[in-house]
Amino acid sequence: MDIHEYQAKELLSKFGVSIPRGGLAYSPEQATYRASEIGGTRWVVKAQIHSGARGKAGGIKVCRDDGEVWDAADQLLGKRLVTVQTGPQGKLVSRLYIEEASDIDKEFYLSYVMDRASERIVVVASAAGGMDIEEIAHSQPETIIRVTVDPAVGMQAFQAREVAFGLGVEPDLVSKLERTILGAYRAFRDLDATMVEINPLVVTKNKSIVALDAKMSFDENALFRRPQISELRDKSQEDARETYASDRGLSYVGLDGDIGCVVNGAGLAMATLDMIKLAGGEPANFLDIGGGASPERVAKSFRAVLKDKNVKALLVNVFAGINRCDWVAKGVVDAVRELDIKMPVVVRLAGTNVEEGRKIIDESGLTVISADSLGEAAEKAVAAVRAINAKAA
Amino acid sequence: MAIFINEHTPVLVQGFTGRIGTFHAQEMIDYGTNVVGGVTPGKGGTTHLGRPVFNTMKGAVEETGAQASIVFVPPPFAADAIMEAADAGIRYCTCITDGIPAQDMIRVKRYMRRYKKESRMVLTGPNCAGTISPGKAMLGIMPGHIYLPGRIGIVGRSGTLGYEAASQMKALGIGVSTSVGIGGDPINGSSFRDVFEHFENDPETDAVLMIGEIGGPQEAEAGAWARDNMKKPVVAYIAGLSAPKGRRMGHAGAIVSAFGESAAEKVEILKAAGVIIAPTPAEMGSTIAKVLGGMRKVA
Repeated sequence: MDIHEYQAKELLSKFGVSIPRGGLAYSPEQATYRASEIGGTRWVVKAQIHSGARGKAGGIKVCRDDGEVWDAADQLLGKRLVTVQTGPQGKLVSRLYIEEASDIDKEFYLSYVMDRASERIVVVASAAGGMDIEEIAHSQPETIIRVTVDPAVGMQAFQAREVAFGLGVEPDLVSKLERTILGAYRAFRDLDATMVEINPLVVTKNKSIVALDAKMSFDENALFRRPQISELRDKSQEDARETYASDRGLSYVGLDGDIGCVVNGAGLAMATLDMIKLAGGEPANFLDIGGGASPERVAKSFRAVLKDKNVKALLVNVFAGINRCDWVAKGVVDAVRELDIKMPVVVRLAGTNVEEGRKIIDESGLTVISADSLGEAAEKAVAAVRAINAKAA
Repeated sequence: MAIFINEHTPVLVQGFTGRIGTFHAQEMIDYGTNVVGGVTPGKGGTTHLGRPVFNTMKGAVEETGAQASIVFVPPPFAADAIMEAADAGIRYCTCITDGIPAQDMIRVKRYMRRYKKESRMVLTGPNCAGTISPGKAMLGIMPGHIYLPGRIGIVGRSGTLGYEAASQMKALGIGVSTSVGIGGDPINGSSFRDVFEHFENDPETDAVLMIGEIGGPQEAEAGAWARDNMKKPVVAYIAGLSAPKGRRMGHAGAIVSAFGESAAEKVEILKAAGVIIAPTPAEMGSTIAKVLGGMRKVA
């Protein structure tokens, strides 16, 4: 789960990471009020969306007076900001963060990730701040510092010092930087984060160390014990189709094609999308209905997939182990009737009681097409969409 | 002798008396698994499904001599259950539970390092369908009847895609020595490479099918290990050709976040390591059949 920059900064500041003074605004008037509250002569107006690369997309504006703050806020609020990470539809800006501008002396990159190779938390830092890590890894790989944390004892002060000296700060700033590095590590560990990125972490002209931008992501499996993090979720930043599905306990990822997919199991769902692609079609979504393919879950899944108006045909692929095929087939038939689905529905069932299941599908009198294998199901679904497109043309 | 479990292996069920534990324990008993009891803290001294229930793993292992366990404990308590099994001297444990926090798994992995490698419990999962040695024993939630006993080892992240492979193989008359689920989480008990090592050393396994997916370094690592250490042929299918970068495809671990983690990149890395690729998920069985045909000719 992702959160906004201002939320990440608030969390990090509780762990001893310094941040510039700032405040949230939902309107231009509030933005100018925040600027006067903060004081000073220069402010940064920052669009709060779940995406990096906001600066290049025009989502971050430096302002020198009230009028500029008002104009920047007026321009950004309500806009869909398109960055390299959001896709062409962009993300809606409904909150702004107004911050005092910092006089930057040096910029660093600092992040914490769950490293799958070492199965530990790894700290990654570089003196080449401001750029994204792929860029740094490509252009200045020698500047990257990596420290692996032993989970038995947590990050040690000497490790933070190694990073601090590695970044080349003046000796009198090392202890300050050490506190920041250890603080962000504790935030990662104590809040069940999967990623913390402070980029840039800056040394200001008056020798303070502040997080100028911050990103945090959290382990969804750990939200049960982090209610304060769950509350930070902003559904307006998510794909509406995905929010609808996840609120109903379904694992769904929206894609750009026209064949809606309902599959049990994440691996089989990915494999089904692969088969559609190989058959020359385009899947509209990934959807794992989970272990229990009950009639209710099948109906819920159909509703979620049909929220996507681009869907022209449905492909159901269920490998029934514990749940028998006849039970799943009945669920499919009931859902097609109940939701009055007119588009082609290709159903492939495998596993326990497969013959009985197919019989229920074939004798339903509905426009349901049954398929014996994964390959055949994909081909039939792609053919069905082609026929619809040919008719329309 | 298959790997990890056979018809003689005495098994404990952790989370024995819960709804899910009860259902699958009964299925395992019906399959012929030697279930010797289970653990549910607070219900020790009672009997469930005709087997004794214990409060602690240590007590259960002392009484029954169990060597393997299967974990059905809910996510907040599952990591604790795994560590309890490791401490009680269990040799092989599979964890079915889906939804364990990643930092809990980091802790589990670190905890297990306190035991010497030769006395350390082998953990597979979490978030997997378990392990089956067809015709011998089932330690999982899979439908046992789709597996034909035989000489191919299967190791995969996904449950239902593993079923797909087993049933394609059954349709071609090809059987399985052991099928191992390593689970869809980013931090798991055993990697593909770890399981490869067991299959390479198993006299009852002739070839291995790896069912991988996008995300993480384990498929590539296993490919390199197979190239340098394995005499048995390896066939692989990698799911997620059409997965967009940065999107999590159901499994917590199925997300492309670095170079080498996409399905296409993994396929290239594996090919270069001499692994035979099943080009589509519909051809996992037929690719194995081809490899077996080739082996017979050589023999």
